Amino acid sequence: MTSRRNDRAAGIGSRAVQVGFLVAVFILWYLATTRWGVNRLLLPNPISVWHQLLDVLQTGEYLPDLRVTLTELAAAFVLATTSGTIVGYFVSRTRYTIRVFDPLFAGIYSIPIILFLPLYVLFFGLGPASKIALGTTISFFPIVINTIAGFGNVDRTLVTAARSMGASDYQLFRYVLLPAALPVILTGLRMGFTVALLSIIGSETIASLAGLGHHIVELAEGMDMSRMFAYIAFVVMIAAILNGAVSYLEARGRRRG
Amino acid sequence: MTSGDVAVRIKGVSHQFGEAGEAQHVRALLDTSIDIARGELLCLIGPSGCGKSTLLNVMGGLMTPTSGAVEVAGKPVRGPRPHDIAFVFQEHALFPWNTVDENVRLGMLFQGVPKAEHEPRARKSLEAVGLAEFANHYPGQLSGGMRQRAALARALSLETGILLMDEPFGALDEQTRMILGEDLSVLLARTEKTIVFVTHSLGEAVFLADRVAVFTARPGTIKKIIRVDEPHPRKPEFVTSEKFTELRNELYALLHDEIRKTVSESARAREGM
Repeated sequence: MTSRRNDRAAGIGSRAVQVGFLVAVFILWYLATTRWGVNRLLLPNPISVWHQLLDVLQTGEYLPDLRVTLTELAAAFVLATTSGTIVGYFVSRTRYTIRVFDPLFAGIYSIPIILFLPLYVLFFGLGPASKIALGTTISFFPIVINTIAGFGNVDRTLVTAARSMGASDYQLFRYVLLPAALPVILTGLRMGFTVALLSIIGSETIASLAGLGHHIVELAEGMDMSRMFAYIAFVVMIAAILNGAVSYLEARGRRRG
Repeated sequence: MTSGDVAVRIKGVSHQFGEAGEAQHVRALLDTSIDIARGELLCLIGPSGCGKSTLLNVMGGLMTPTSGAVEVAGKPVRGPRPHDIAFVFQEHALFPWNTVDENVRLGMLFQGVPKAEHEPRARKSLEAVGLAEFANHYPGQLSGGMRQRAALARALSLETGILLMDEPFGALDEQTRMILGEDLSVLLARTEKTIVFVTHSLGEAVFLADRVAVFTARPGTIKKIIRVDEPHPRKPEFVTSEKFTELRNELYALLHDEIRKTVSESARAREGM
């Protein structure tokens, strides 16, 4: 009982430090712009950023760009999930294919795939297609690697037991392999989602015609710093909501699996 | 024994893992034959690695022997026979993401039992092992002994004529396995099952078995078969009787040399490394 209370006290304590850290950053930011004379073009006043953010939210002018980014993200994630889980499942079927492909995928995953963006733009143009292709490529790897690990590490005793009771191939997959692998696969899907979001917004800032990343760069080039910061804050909010939702779904899927 | 009374016939079964000359090459079983009577409880006992678990897997169709054959009900075993044979494994092999009740029902689903029978058969088998109140617990919430009971309930619900048990109580403490042994003897006296039970424990073998097959060191084969003439269900007092002690001592004498051989061989293997 006391230990639980101590845990909770420690939890509140570290929360307080986290909140305090953010508050301190804002105070320093405010002081830097009002007292210490930092150039407004480099760092806008947080209060004016706040007003700009409210304006962005109220006018709804972000909608077209948000729609582009979310469509790219959804398309990339669906493609990566489908291809990653299917390829991962088939690779996991034999020891030989695991030995060949697992290190191969892990190796490719460790190189910065964003380097291929110029190539993708050349292939697919400046529009959403190149972002979808890049997002798919980048999020394919954590998904395929975790799918292989999930299906590849199923306890052999459980498979033998199911076979001894007469399980068909379908039953073995549905009642043994899938529930055993699901928690690991779900982690892969969450990681895949995070890197897809990251790479899509990132590539929009580098070479694109629309999307949230594109809009932020446009504002920067127009020296509209307060509004640009407001947009960055907006994207951070969107990303936090999406990642929170995906983590929630992951936790729910684990519990049910 | 007439062939109608034979539940399992093992004819000259040998098994080796890997090919001769390979580092992984192990000759596990050598020309083993035995007829197991309908309704009898046969214990297999022997030093580690003598092939008793291998023989059990061969009987259940989970492994194809290098040579020799196994017949169940007069027909050769070529793969799992879920309608004739149920297993209880050393590590319970329950699905951790399913409750005890779901585990039992899943076994019946795999075997092809009609849906309408799942509920009554699950309840009956869980009551038989004393786990009715824990039907909705997950395996992770149960003690080791209770998990083995759940695995036994799953095997019982399949209503097979033959039950193969691979050191089912091996991972449990002495006291728990004593109690489970007593319960098993009571439970099995009521059913007409043929049971093959692999164990390391001399006491367990004498307490449960109608016959005990003692294996030699690797490559294993049956050294001697000892008969335990004592009706089921066995009473707890049986453990303290003269007869029990004599049989136990006889088993110990038979096993002692084989265990020595195994120990000195593994010591030699380690020196060779």
